[in-house]
Amino acid sequence: MSEINPQDPQRPQPAAASVPASGWAIELEKINKRFGPVHANKDIDLKIERGTIHGIVGENGAGKSTLMSILYGFYTADSGTIRVNGEVHAITDSRHALALGIGMVHQHFMLVDNFSVLENVILGAEDSGLLKPSLDRARKELDRLETEYDLEVNPDAIVEDISVGQQQRVEILKALYRGAETLILDEPTGVLTPKEADDLFRVLETLRAQGKTVILITHKLREIMAITDNVSVMRQGEMVATVKTAETSPEQLAELMVGRRVLLRIDKGEAHPGKTLLEVQNLVVADDLGIVRVKDVSFSVRAGEIVGIAGVSGNGQSELLESVTGMRDQRSGNVVLNGNPLSLKGDDGAARARAAGLAHVPEDRQRMGLVTSFSEWENSILGYHETPTYGTGPLLDIAAAKREAAERIKTFDVRPADINLKGSLFSGGNQQKIVLAREMERNPDVLVVGQPTRGVDIGAIEFIHNQIIKMRDAGKAILLVSVELDEIRSLADRILVMFDGQIVGEADPATATEGELGLMMAGVTDRKAAE
Amino acid sequence: MDMGAILSILDATLRLSTPLLLACLAGLYSERAGIFDIGLEGKMLAAAFAAAAVAAVSGSAWIGLMAGMAVSVMTACLQGVAAITLKGNQLIAGVAINMLAAGLTTFLGQQWFHQGGRTPALGPDGRFGAIQLPFAAELSGVPILGPIYADLISGHYLLVYIAFAMVAVTAYVLYRTRFGLRLRAVGENPKAVDTAGISVNKLRFQAVLITGLLCGLAGAYFSIAQGSGFGNNMTAGKGYIALAALIFAKWKPVPAMFTCLLFGFLDALQIRLQSAELFGIEVPVQAIQALPYVLTVVLLAGFIGKAVGPKAGGVPYTKER
Repeated sequence: MSEINPQDPQRPQPAAASVPASGWAIELEKINKRFGPVHANKDIDLKIERGTIHGIVGENGAGKSTLMSILYGFYTADSGTIRVNGEVHAITDSRHALALGIGMVHQHFMLVDNFSVLENVILGAEDSGLLKPSLDRARKELDRLETEYDLEVNPDAIVEDISVGQQQRVEILKALYRGAETLILDEPTGVLTPKEADDLFRVLETLRAQGKTVILITHKLREIMAITDNVSVMRQGEMVATVKTAETSPEQLAELMVGRRVLLRIDKGEAHPGKTLLEVQNLVVADDLGIVRVKDVSFSVRAGEIVGIAGVSGNGQSELLESVTGMRDQRSGNVVLNGNPLSLKGDDGAARARAAGLAHVPEDRQRMGLVTSFSEWENSILGYHETPTYGTGPLLDIAAAKREAAERIKTFDVRPADINLKGSLFSGGNQQKIVLAREMERNPDVLVVGQPTRGVDIGAIEFIHNQIIKMRDAGKAILLVSVELDEIRSLADRILVMFDGQIVGEADPATATEGELGLMMAGVTDRKAAE
Repeated sequence: MDMGAILSILDATLRLSTPLLLACLAGLYSERAGIFDIGLEGKMLAAAFAAAAVAAVSGSAWIGLMAGMAVSVMTACLQGVAAITLKGNQLIAGVAINMLAAGLTTFLGQQWFHQGGRTPALGPDGRFGAIQLPFAAELSGVPILGPIYADLISGHYLLVYIAFAMVAVTAYVLYRTRFGLRLRAVGENPKAVDTAGISVNKLRFQAVLITGLLCGLAGAYFSIAQGSGFGNNMTAGKGYIALAALIFAKWKPVPAMFTCLLFGFLDALQIRLQSAELFGIEVPVQAIQALPYVLTVVLLAGFIGKAVGPKAGGVPYTKER
């Protein structure tokens, strides 16, 4: 493949310069939007062909969501024109966008949790002051949409009781009920299991077959390659390219997104495992409702190796992680660190685990890893704030903490490199780097990492993976839990598959195929019998 | 205890639970829309004063009622501007209303009427009288049902009937109308409402105005129906009890009615039990008077379980980046 410099004027030409046969559904011209000092969208031009699936990729903060929010009328552009079906419209609010046939499925669903599916569908699109006629019409209409687009969902179910995948269908149904011809989906697969994502793609293909236009915002290149017709790339508020999907490659798109060459495969050497550092013995853990989620699990992690735990989300991985790191009491069993049994029971279990040399990068960085309203330097000492480095008396040595934070922000390339910035103002990838820096720089013996790259953009993923491998090569034991099978396969030296609270199999990432692992993740363990 | 005594306690229960119920339903509208309203007390107090003052001057209970409602709605508007438009803290906006009402009613009362903050005693035209329902006298002879109809159901102020009718109206509005659906939605997930193309702030303002109207009714009840004139701090914390009742009822209209009846019953019992003897010793009046409040605490702490209110309650809505 030839090298492409994204700054080069000779970058890939727009996919279709002339008007396509089906016409443009949406044309954006010179769209600008500023939020204070941040220029979120700079002179954006974008044309979407009717009846296609058009992908928009870009790293977090590239301006994709802002652009779509402008199209959906949630924000108003500072300047620029929007054409819908060839006519110029100044979209003032969401109601206006809906009237023009533009519907949006937001990344965080806009559903009322304690309403029924039907109530959610009619909210804002009621026919009259009384609800009954609207509800009756919606019930009939949903019935039709369900069969037409294969979008089955129980209209009387309460939204909080149905799965995330089903909730997303409700969002799609909401848009279709309002007569959407163009459907915008913002990071739709971030919250879905692989099976749910496949189902979603089937629905999108049906929509396309019925002549609807779909705009898919994502940062997962695999999805772009699998389903879109055209793809536009955004970087730092600018539209850098629009190409036909068939004429591009993941490598090229990654390079356009990041602005430099990115290695999509992880470059790692052979593992040299030493002595056992972390040992989990017959662990039994229950969740908040008292249901046993981890059923008699035993395994060990040696120095200089990465053990990956694969599995479909919700099979006990979260409870296992929380228990090993002292956040959740185990019913029975032991966690042995470096030969010494860890006493993890009680509210300060996590603190004792840390003191013993077990660092933890939690699955949910915003809820467990950071206090998002704290500044960067405050976040960088969370959980370690009582170490003597930051003062021994009742007062905190703020200067020392800030000094350390300033060093770490540089080594981990956190952007922007501002230790006084609030945690919530960093992008997902940079938030994760803050957590990683905090946990890794204490030189722990064991690192437990949950979902290290969930919601993290490509450039940061590469960095985070390299850091984890560096830790392994420094002789640390690493326990990695991820629902991204690709990530487990490329990072781990040994894969344990978890299903229904048990370790159902072990695999060598060098030889195991995706199919074999998939079967184990679904609880089919015939493979052992076959051996 | 004979039938007459029971009926008289129940009769008092209806009378005492009426302002609670009106205030509770008032709170229901704004809280369901996502605005915590600790200012029910202040709005009621302001309305009670305005109703009594205007009724005293004009000599008409109806004009007094209108004035009470108008003042309560204006107070609600003030609170709305602070908590919705200016995105201020809802708790503080409510507390400010309470303090303002407590101070201003006493001050104006003294300035205008020179009776130590009280308004002049109202004549029969200045306050609402009891309404005799049709055939009450004729039917009172019928065993059991007759006295229940004649003594318990008939013979209350108009506002008592309005309060209980409002329960049905509120339930209907909340669950059967477009406005109700949107109201419930905006308290749970205002973003969902915004993306559906409905103005969050407008909806919340409508809710707050309804709260103002109902608080006006509740306040007027104190001074120109139950009482005949305004006295200092005459609402006596009923606004807070109404708020407690709302939580106890999990923000639902029909349970709200039963909770208010329960609190009203405790209050009625308290009046009845004054001078009662326990094991030959007279129970101090203060202890009996404290009973409803003690029970409120016990009920809220012990029996309510987990009360999950409207999810977006207390948070001003801002379109975020």
